[in-house]
Amino acid sequence: MDAIILQILNGLDKGSAYALIALGLTLIFGTLGVVNFAHGALFMIGAFCSVTLQRMLSTSFEMVDETQTDFLGNPLKVETPYVEAWFGPEVGAAIIDWSVPLAIFLAIPVMIAVGFAMERGLIKHFYKRPHADQILVTFGLAIVIGEIIKANFGANPISTPAPEAFRGAMDFGVLLGFEPNTIIYPYWRLVYFLFAIVIIASVFAFLQFTTFGMVVRAGMADRETVGLLGIDIDKRFTFMFGLAAAVAGLAGVMYTPILSPHYNIGMDFLVLSFVVVVVGGMGSLPGAVLAGFVLGILQSFASMNEVKAILPGIDQIIIYLVAIIILLTRPRGLMGRKGVMEE
Amino acid sequence: MSKSTISRRGVLKTGAIAGAGLALPTYLRADGHTGYTNAPGDSPTVTIGFNVPQTGPYAEEGLDELRAQELAVEHLNGEGDGGMLNTFSEKNLDGTGILGKKVEFVTGDTQTKSDVARASAQSMIQKDGCIMITGGSSSGVAVAVQDLCQSSGVIFMAGLTHSNDTTGKDRKANGFRHFFNGFMSGAALGPVLEAEYGNERSAYHLTADYNWGWTTQESIQATTEGLGWQTQEAVLTPVGAGDFSSYIAPVLNSGADTLILNHYGGDMVNSLTQAVQFGLKDRQVNGNDFKIIVPLYSELMAAGAGANIQGVIGSMNWNWQLEDEGTKAFVKSFGEKYGFPPSGAAHTCYVQTLLYADAVTRAGTFNPCGVVEALEDFEFDGMGNGPTTYRGADHQCFKDVLVVKGTENPTNQYDTLEIVDQTPRSQVEYAPDHPMFGGAEASLGTCNPGA
Amino acid sequence: MLGLNAKDTSLFIVVIIMVLAAPILLNPFPADSALAQFNAGYPALMQRFLIFGILVVGFNILFGLTGYLSFGHAAFLGVGSFAAVWMFKLLSFNVIPAIILSIVVAGLFSVVIGYVALRRSGIYFSILTLAFAQMMYAIAYSDLVGKFLGTIITNGETGLQVYLDDPQILAGAGDPRVPHLFGLEMNSQTVWSVGGWEFVFQNGYYLCAVFMIIAFYMSIRIFRSPFGLVLRSIKSNQQRLNYTGVSTRPYMLTAFVISGMYAGLAGGLWSAMDPLTGAERMFWTASGEIVIMAILGGVGTLIGPILGAGAIKYMENIVSKINDNILHQWFAFMPEGIENFMVAIIHPFIGKGWHLTLGVVFMAVVIYLPGGLVELGERFIGLFRRKKTDNAPTGASTKPAE
Repeated sequence: MDAIILQILNGLDKGSAYALIALGLTLIFGTLGVVNFAHGALFMIGAFCSVTLQRMLSTSFEMVDETQTDFLGNPLKVETPYVEAWFGPEVGAAIIDWSVPLAIFLAIPVMIAVGFAMERGLIKHFYKRPHADQILVTFGLAIVIGEIIKANFGANPISTPAPEAFRGAMDFGVLLGFEPNTIIYPYWRLVYFLFAIVIIASVFAFLQFTTFGMVVRAGMADRETVGLLGIDIDKRFTFMFGLAAAVAGLAGVMYTPILSPHYNIGMDFLVLSFVVVVVGGMGSLPGAVLAGFVLGILQSFASMNEVKAILPGIDQIIIYLVAIIILLTRPRGLMGRKGVMEE
Repeated sequence: MSKSTISRRGVLKTGAIAGAGLALPTYLRADGHTGYTNAPGDSPTVTIGFNVPQTGPYAEEGLDELRAQELAVEHLNGEGDGGMLNTFSEKNLDGTGILGKKVEFVTGDTQTKSDVARASAQSMIQKDGCIMITGGSSSGVAVAVQDLCQSSGVIFMAGLTHSNDTTGKDRKANGFRHFFNGFMSGAALGPVLEAEYGNERSAYHLTADYNWGWTTQESIQATTEGLGWQTQEAVLTPVGAGDFSSYIAPVLNSGADTLILNHYGGDMVNSLTQAVQFGLKDRQVNGNDFKIIVPLYSELMAAGAGANIQGVIGSMNWNWQLEDEGTKAFVKSFGEKYGFPPSGAAHTCYVQTLLYADAVTRAGTFNPCGVVEALEDFEFDGMGNGPTTYRGADHQCFKDVLVVKGTENPTNQYDTLEIVDQTPRSQVEYAPDHPMFGGAEASLGTCNPGA
Repeated sequence: MLGLNAKDTSLFIVVIIMVLAAPILLNPFPADSALAQFNAGYPALMQRFLIFGILVVGFNILFGLTGYLSFGHAAFLGVGSFAAVWMFKLLSFNVIPAIILSIVVAGLFSVVIGYVALRRSGIYFSILTLAFAQMMYAIAYSDLVGKFLGTIITNGETGLQVYLDDPQILAGAGDPRVPHLFGLEMNSQTVWSVGGWEFVFQNGYYLCAVFMIIAFYMSIRIFRSPFGLVLRSIKSNQQRLNYTGVSTRPYMLTAFVISGMYAGLAGGLWSAMDPLTGAERMFWTASGEIVIMAILGGVGTLIGPILGAGAIKYMENIVSKINDNILHQWFAFMPEGIENFMVAIIHPFIGKGWHLTLGVVFMAVVIYLPGGLVELGERFIGLFRRKKTDNAPTGASTKPAE
């Protein structure tokens, strides 16, 4: 029982990441009708916002300490971060410690700007082009973004720890009446799950309860008619692209303590997020979220030793197997509409 | 499509005849008067190929290898401070290149993909006329390139490759490995694990599901079971899984008190980070403190895992903090040129390049068969690992192995690992026909000069 | 000639000449000159040009004609390679049974996968092919089938190779220990030195060349056949075709299988040239590379796939090998400041940065040249003609010639 609860928690956690990425992807596809293969790259840019902020906060000045030596035997240069010099060692260290959550405030403007720039500079010219062209140009863009990141940050994974307060694990089982220490779960993963729920809920609330959201939803259903009503739908859609980029970016920022970011992380998530979107049904926001969680949980269960004992290696192919079964039994995914992306 | 067999043969014959007819001033590069592939002949220079990952997950490691290789070429050509040439037990290399020929090099990108690595090595051999290929950061690539060098008739000096197979069932006469292997990791870790953690433990393996992972797990498991440890479970994880939570969570209540992560690179960084997040390091099981072991460490991965590696034991081929003269000389020339200490991958590539140059000098020829003869059962010292032997039976180097652990209180950004112990060479040796190394069937074959 | 119209005949002849003379055409620079860096006329690379050329020509029959974007085509290449190496291990190093089996096996796989995946269209089809290919990749990479059966099928990540103690039941005592065609060794070669130039003619390359020419000829015939016409009409309007009572499924499946068999042939040839095969050539990025090659060359054109495959493989093998030392040699004639400046500008795009070059070139092609390299060529020709005769029609150049 405890093993199953643990895997459900793992599944929800994996599912949060999948759902957030798929949600952004679907926002872009649903509003703009563009298949964005650079979406994984947006997730990665978000992740590197964490790294950048961590580096910025740790920017240091050097002082030569004659009493110590470095690896070549020269006097050691001691580095003190500016924030520690300005705010005192303790507050300064705390600020650096909290750089991942703080990076949210960096990531929102950065991601919106990146989203705007991408939409205005590139995607805009591809509305009328076939989906294949959109896939290809954004795929090219994803390669270029990855390489730029690599040129600046190297190819190694970079350690971006969570704040000290969230580094341990919580005894989750006690809440459910289990023995102490049977179900313990990392704080940060719980934070990530709650964070994902908040973001998903806000996006839905925004689309459901604001006039802006209503217009966008109307535009998703019938772009032309909304345009004929004299509403500048293009401008709103550009904003939606920025929003989608921000969602992907925030998913990336908060994921860095779980997965040390590297320049190829976007590509790693790309295929997976497309499978999620297609399983959910192209263009369906609830479908994307649902499929994200379903696939996350299934993947976790498939990784259990008991399951692997019967079907060795099932954990490596489960996602694709499920995708094939769903697409064959439900032609348009879990919640897809007819006629979307079928030509 | 098969109906065209006759015409195809016809065309081939015609092509061959036409080719032969056109090629009046012809010579076969492979079996001309020189008798081996890419013989430098009267040329004042000789070219070697540095085939390392420059893109993909091990790019940083590959670039570090490249730095060391360029440094080796400088030293061979008499530039710089000479590095390990001054401490090497053989004194044949005098800074005039190899056999009086200036050393030139070409570089290539393996992307850590066997196909690409072979394509790159082929271009080095066929286009650039390389007589030796070195470098690489994965066992799959090493095995693939080694096989290519064997069939093309050039020498392969392996870079970072840790799988038993490279000098085990996939050993080749033209290939040599200076780096240590999974078996040696296990054998070296044994005494330290016994001293630190005792004989009554229960281990849980997470193993990357590919050849290196399998052989490493096999080796470590043999050692720990030899110490009396139980093996609770050995779980295969997909390579590049990213999120390992669903493999780590079952460890919690499995009854195991030791987690062995047979992962390397990004997988190691992520699985270790996540295992620490699950509170494994603070856990108590069976009255023991829970411990994590990482069989193969590298400096770059240690940096990626940050504070999570503190106190985690693993093994290494070489570390820049060693105190011997060879290490000091190498760290000095590398550090002064690039501003940071070299990684173990860089060290092995540097040493391999020098060893090749020395073997050629002693053999008096670049002919691969001469080089093979010179390297087989060659004993040397002063290259950072103490007295070392290149065993003739499988072309594996035998030397002391380092056991290291993550530094508890790092003093600078390069101080990620500290040396716990140096397991003497006698304890990590094994028979060439050991079952983990392909048993009696494994054979080097014969050296191929490519004629 | 051979049932081709005049235009196709001339194209076919051009391809034949290009393929047969490639060892000379691709080596324009003397071997010891600084520009020799750009020579591509060595056997290993030329073989890959043709192998990937065959692969993409086959892919183009599916994608170019029907518009169905398969994102898992590399899987067929992979099974073809594995089948061929198994033939080497079991029978002998003769390439003929290996290549035949690789085509058959890839064909069988594509029948099964095509039958399932073609139940859906659009992106759903793409994802289905991707899912199948990724499953096959995972199975091959960790040798899941082999582990299940307790033996070796793909030998996992290290790759499948031929060992000295393999059965090779048909191998004679005197047979070469390398892939051969009835005794003709694939890797033996003749070098022709003229002046500073060195031209290498290799048996293996010419075997590939023969297959390439046959494959290209068949592709022309398919493009021009009634069958090809049906495939095109599927691209333009599948629904209408269905309404007129034509069942498109058998046509699609045939195209898919043909395309898969081309991939199998490419895989078999690859193993015949280089008898060690691993799972990574089945990874989704390898499938993506095939798509990139097709687009870069010009989708739906006859010659485009060959150009695209050549361009990508050239970049991968030549650009990635340029390092800073070579750059300094090139610009050595300049004053040092300018030299360093030039090196600094170019540095990010070469060697370890060749992916960046790939990404930028690829984006530029998709944005400015939707017709790929073929369109570029036509625009050039169009420019030329317009200068000669001012009254040439404008804007006609966007339609790719086939």
